[in-house]
Amino acid sequence: MSHSLDAYLILAGILFSIGTFGFLARRNAISMLMSIELMLNAVNLTILAFGAFIPALKVQGSVIALIVLAVAAAEATVGLSIVIAIYRNKKTPLVDEYDTMRD
Amino acid sequence: MAIPDALPFINLRWDDLLFLILSGVMVGSALLVVTLRDIIRCGLAMMVSFAALAGLYVEIGAPLVAAAQVLVYIGAISVLVLFAIMLTQTKAAPARLVFQTQALPAAIAAGVLAVLIALTVGATNWNAVSAPIRTGTAILAKVLFDQFVLPFEIVSVLLLAAVIGGIFLAKREAGDSI
Repeated sequence: MSHSLDAYLILAGILFSIGTFGFLARRNAISMLMSIELMLNAVNLTILAFGAFIPALKVQGSVIALIVLAVAAAEATVGLSIVIAIYRNKKTPLVDEYDTMRD
Repeated sequence: MAIPDALPFINLRWDDLLFLILSGVMVGSALLVVTLRDIIRCGLAMMVSFAALAGLYVEIGAPLVAAAQVLVYIGAISVLVLFAIMLTQTKAAPARLVFQTQALPAAIAAGVLAVLIALTVGATNWNAVSAPIRTGTAILAKVLFDQFVLPFEIVSVLLLAAVIGGIFLAKREAGDSI
């Protein structure tokens, strides 16, 4: 089981789906950002699984995973500061009350 | 006394047992992240999920990425998320409805996505080897600073831009109350 690529890919698929559900269903902006982090982690697990089980991708998988990790950190910084900036104007973290652009 | 190769009675190998435990913890705490009512607990469950994922990275043979996962995700991003939660929670928010009205269609869509991914993975021949190849730190460093040095530098510029952008966006204007 731990020696098969399929098990890791299916596990990553499950994690990605959980993240998708959280992103679509939660009302809180920070919960949505946490769901995006879960999805990014699922993709990272996929990349590392391919790197570990396909000899041609051996080291490249780890390099790409490290770069994804750094980009995820940058994304979290900017995303959370945008949420804090919106919170300062609207006084609520709930995304369904962010409807200024609808009018 | 030598430790047997596999778990007695059910004939489960030790690394398979570790894989099952880690993936169970990871999926369980990820479900808690998207379903719990108290958002602080969501953040803490997210840390547990990231830690189990770091264990899976070690098992798959990428110890340096696992260390980076612990440092970046558990050490930095989780703390950032917890700070943002504490800055943005009002007293009324946790008592109100957690999910959007489209939660049920979202659950169905996510379930369909998981089934589709599982079917695709099962139906494809990946030409995979039968045991994970371990990526040592020395060879990883050699490739990272030789073949991938340009992406590495671009990422460092991106991080600088993100730091400046984050400070600019979250900066308090004169006269703001929070």
